[in-house]
Amino acid sequence: MTLLGDFALWAAMLIGLWTAAMAFFVPWQSRPALATSITRGAHAACLALLVAAVALWRGLFTHDFNIEYVAAYTARNLPDYYLVTAFWAGQKGSLLFWAVVLSIFGALAQLLTPSRHRDLLPYVAGVTSVVLAFFVGVMLFGDGANPFERLPFTPPDGRGLNPQLQNPGMIAHPPTLYLGYISITIPFAFAIAALLARRLDTGWIIAMRKWALASWLFLSIGITIGMWWAYIELGWGGVWAWDPVENASLHPWLTLTAFLHSVMIQEKRGMLKRWNVGLVIGTFLLSIFGTFITRSGVIASVHSFTQSDVGYFFLAFLFVTAIASFTLLYTRWPALAPEAKLESMLSREGAFLYNNLALVGIAFSVLWGTLFPILSEAVHGTKISVGPAFFNRVNVPLGLFLLLLTGVGPLIAWRKASPANLRRQFIAPTLGGLVTLATMLGFGMRAFYPLVSLTLTGFVTVTVIQEFTRGVRARMRLHAENALLALVHLVGRNRRRYGGYVVHIGIVLYFIAFTGMAFRTEQTVELAPLESATIESPYGHTYTLTHLGVSQYAALNRHVSAATLDVARDGVRIGSIKSEKRQHVDSFGNPTFEPSTEVGIRSDLREDLYVVFGGTPDGTERAQYKIVVNPLVSWFWIGGVVLVIGGLLTMWPGGPQIRAARRIMPQAGYAVPLASVSE
Amino acid sequence: MKPATKFAIGAAVIVSAVTLLIVEGVRQTGTYFLTPTQLVERVRDDTTFHDVGLKVSAKVVRGSISRDVASRQIDFRISDGTAEFPVRYVGLVPDTFTDANDIDVVVEGKYGRDGVFHAVDVIAKCGSRYEAVWEEPAGTLTRR
Repeated sequence: MTLLGDFALWAAMLIGLWTAAMAFFVPWQSRPALATSITRGAHAACLALLVAAVALWRGLFTHDFNIEYVAAYTARNLPDYYLVTAFWAGQKGSLLFWAVVLSIFGALAQLLTPSRHRDLLPYVAGVTSVVLAFFVGVMLFGDGANPFERLPFTPPDGRGLNPQLQNPGMIAHPPTLYLGYISITIPFAFAIAALLARRLDTGWIIAMRKWALASWLFLSIGITIGMWWAYIELGWGGVWAWDPVENASLHPWLTLTAFLHSVMIQEKRGMLKRWNVGLVIGTFLLSIFGTFITRSGVIASVHSFTQSDVGYFFLAFLFVTAIASFTLLYTRWPALAPEAKLESMLSREGAFLYNNLALVGIAFSVLWGTLFPILSEAVHGTKISVGPAFFNRVNVPLGLFLLLLTGVGPLIAWRKASPANLRRQFIAPTLGGLVTLATMLGFGMRAFYPLVSLTLTGFVTVTVIQEFTRGVRARMRLHAENALLALVHLVGRNRRRYGGYVVHIGIVLYFIAFTGMAFRTEQTVELAPLESATIESPYGHTYTLTHLGVSQYAALNRHVSAATLDVARDGVRIGSIKSEKRQHVDSFGNPTFEPSTEVGIRSDLREDLYVVFGGTPDGTERAQYKIVVNPLVSWFWIGGVVLVIGGLLTMWPGGPQIRAARRIMPQAGYAVPLASVSE
Repeated sequence: MKPATKFAIGAAVIVSAVTLLIVEGVRQTGTYFLTPTQLVERVRDDTTFHDVGLKVSAKVVRGSISRDVASRQIDFRISDGTAEFPVRYVGLVPDTFTDANDIDVVVEGKYGRDGVFHAVDVIAKCGSRYEAVWEEPAGTLTRR
């Protein structure tokens, strides 16, 4: 199978190079057969990589420990579903996973794009093929990067999967994040194709819009599941540590969010064309940069991939791509001139422009903080690092400014807002914010940032409710529909707009959860059996935790020490919490890996009680615990679900809006305002 | 004033706010990230460095960890091959923190005048496992 896998990799590489060479250097515009052949290159490369994927999975499932990758990341006693995920557990496998998914996306981009964009498609195939050939090239030529490498002997058992990766969150976190990183290649490919073909109208934007939304959605899901995994698996009681690798996933998310907003200005007003192309290129480069950070080990991080020279392939690729893309953008500069001028700062364009600046500002500050150790060492020879304190200090005010704009943007009119428009739109949301503020003050909250944050979440929530109720009322009046039907039609016919509002609610929930994190309390205790510890929650509850003892037993692939606490809130027993120390073993019973910890969480909508068993220091049942109260953490996960629902709404295919738009388009000029009136 | 000018002023305000936040943030929260050798040299040149909170990245010296169970105090030594000094930490350490094989740690705290690094945080990375080379176990069947 490894021979087949190797062969498939070479085939994919050669197909990729051929496709790219034909797309960029041969005039295919006058030769339809050649153009078709180029676009089929994307399908052929996909086929070759699927063969490679099957070859690796076969190796994993048949426990072929002669393959280095299989021996390094699996063992005979590993549950079957982790054999599937072991595919992307290590450096080599995740490179192959990356290439396979990219090739699938590349092929889908060819299949799903309507034929009216056919003068872009060969270029799109060319760009995806270059990126693909690069990834396959890294596997074939990088030091120890080929997943099909064999050992000179066959170990009797593999080393097994890192216990921290043996978690349901890890089944979903890397692939969704990778899907996000990888799918950014498609919008980037369309941007480059549009520049090369000099087709700089909104055509390329329409062709790639759903891909940009999909990337954004995958990144959001990947980041959120990553937060969840960190929370339940890493045992420090938080969701976001501003670790370089976490930051790396945030950069493209921020610039892509900026793009999804500014692209609306281009569609409506023909402005910001250069900025949008720049954002797409920047987002792609940041996703490659993230890959570089994750894999090179240049910046100290908890994510320990092998430190290898593979990272420098990515650095080189990053520079070459950056120079090539921005040079291309520069040569097309005049063709990307704006069609309209900004008419007033008090307009939706104005709000979106500031939203873009804030998002890019946050992305820049996070990038700066992440790279600061390297930059400071280069400039004054001493490494200076910045931690969570820096990121919070910089990003809390910027984030709150952004939250304010989240509320302002949808309320304010395009072109120029009139005083009447402002009065009509802002009265209810402002009241909503003030009521929230008064309520929080009434509960005794005095901290500045949390108060600002919650006031703004109240403001934004009311803006969204106001938009929905106004839309529903208008439909009920115009079409004599009942409220529910009106809501369904309203959302169904304006999916992007109302899906976007649902996403805003998801973001509001994240802000609420982050605000809750400001009130977390923790303590470390050591308890003999039946001794108790108490901890005050920010709501004023008193938790009493009584240590019941430590039990030891063997499970499938591990020895477990489980410590149990009985939990009472304000004197009333509410249940028990268990936290474990696990020592994983191989199929001969020998210990593998360092011991790992399984935290105990008791969660409700208001707060989580979070317990980490720190071990038995003297070998008796005396146990050390870290006890944390985390208010409002559940709202991260609920916010994540809301955000996904909103994202799916915006992307849902078809719909009467598109059909209506097609019907009306040939009539020119006046049809558009008419259509929007009837909504 | 033209809208574009107004926007430019607004943009300038945002850009300078971001810049200010970053510069102030680094000034207030930036910590030195040194190797033991660099730290030892620095304190020799400038004794006020004993009072500066900083991070040191090094390896735990094998077999140097001693734990005092009652007070949850952990003493160990770190080294980068050239310089070596003791570290004292009170609290729970992560699972990956052992002195069995050369693990990388980042300790944060102050290098006291008593020659002991008083850590407020210890981060351990399990590097060894990933760098391990395959050794042929005795008695396995060799291919070829």
